[in-house]
Amino acid sequence: MSGAQTTDAELKADPFMNDDAIRAAFFEWLCRMGDNALILGHRTSEWCGHGPVLEEDIALANTALDLIGHTQMWLGLAGEVEGKGRDADDLAYLRDAMKFHNLLLVELPKGDMAVTIMREFLFDAYHHLLLKWLAEHSTSPRVAEIAAKALKEVSYHLDRASDIVVRLGDGTEESHRRMQEALELLWPYTGEMFAGDNVDAALSGAGIAPELTGLQGLWDEDVRSILDEATLKTPEPGGYAHLGGKQGRHTEHLGFILAEMQFLQRAYPGASW
Amino acid sequence: MSTTLLPKTDEIWTWLAEVPDPEIPVVSVTELGIIRDVRYEGDRLVVAVTPTYSGCPATAVIDLMIEEKLREKGVENLRLERRLSPPWTTDWVTQEAREKLKTFGIAPPVDGTASDGLRSRAARMSGASGPDVACPRCGSMDTERVSQYGSTPCKAAWRCRACLEPFDYFKCI
Repeated sequence: MSGAQTTDAELKADPFMNDDAIRAAFFEWLCRMGDNALILGHRTSEWCGHGPVLEEDIALANTALDLIGHTQMWLGLAGEVEGKGRDADDLAYLRDAMKFHNLLLVELPKGDMAVTIMREFLFDAYHHLLLKWLAEHSTSPRVAEIAAKALKEVSYHLDRASDIVVRLGDGTEESHRRMQEALELLWPYTGEMFAGDNVDAALSGAGIAPELTGLQGLWDEDVRSILDEATLKTPEPGGYAHLGGKQGRHTEHLGFILAEMQFLQRAYPGASW
Repeated sequence: MSTTLLPKTDEIWTWLAEVPDPEIPVVSVTELGIIRDVRYEGDRLVVAVTPTYSGCPATAVIDLMIEEKLREKGVENLRLERRLSPPWTTDWVTQEAREKLKTFGIAPPVDGTASDGLRSRAARMSGASGPDVACPRCGSMDTERVSQYGSTPCKAAWRCRACLEPFDYFKCI
């Protein structure tokens, strides 16, 4: 990964780049954005060379690549905001599990194709709404430009994932059963996307990020429309939600991802090729 | 060094036009529209490059090739700047490049057909046709999409129902 190179003019144009009042929360929020992309990207890349058909293998690898690209942008900016000289690589490779603040949803094992596609769909529907808001309304120009870039790619992710959710949900008895099971497995992890804390409040207060409750209504609507078309039964809203990822309390699965992902940089610090 | 000895930016642009895209070498980085600005900051030449896709592995190689080309031409004081905004769009691919892509076997982008997520899907479901993509081999319009992704993030896999050949389509973004 190579760090972003920014001109002084651009730095000056963003009122939040050197603002001590918001620095800690802004850094934290950017890490969450980057960590979601990084961990989901890593999970998605696990299909590379293992896809059920060549087209799916390639599509998932490309999706993973986009997400890793988003990671570089978000964590790169996080490092700049933090101002301690850490770049995207340092943040990705040298933080321990408790310092990763991704949603629990994205760290769950890839499971079968049903779990992978359903997870991608549930996340993409949220990701698309979030990026669209950030691109159009964020008071931070640096955040808005990253969101605008990522949104173009995530539009394709959501478009594709929705197609496959419908195809498999409204498919054979076996594919329908697996998709319904995947939905029920993952549903309790979707509540965390909209469970705001003081970081979210600080960011939405500054107009950098949206109010999460506002996104939730739109997400419910979008997700339900596709699940209905897929003949899948949407679980009741307001059920139990697994929380904690955003604050660093993870499932047992994250450590294994980091062990694989970080091994080389930990064993050979600064290694490059 | 006095600024009068520095090569003019017009000349820099012609040198950059000699740098091929590493994945699709028939088109240059200028034809792809990823060189956004060439300017001097004092004696230092600054070239602003925008990535096509944010995770495209070719980005680092492109930077390296640009640097190599400019050094070969004698530019010593150089900085590459990554520019994200406005984000790259296939609308910036020049007409000449589109013809070259076709000859190379890649169907060029059909402008105005980038995905908008669920809205694009809804339009498709309600019968709106997707992009009309001509087969780069036989020219037939009787083609269909196989997959939204192809050999690189910027392409989709299509096939021609007339000549039965599969081909890459440079999708809109």
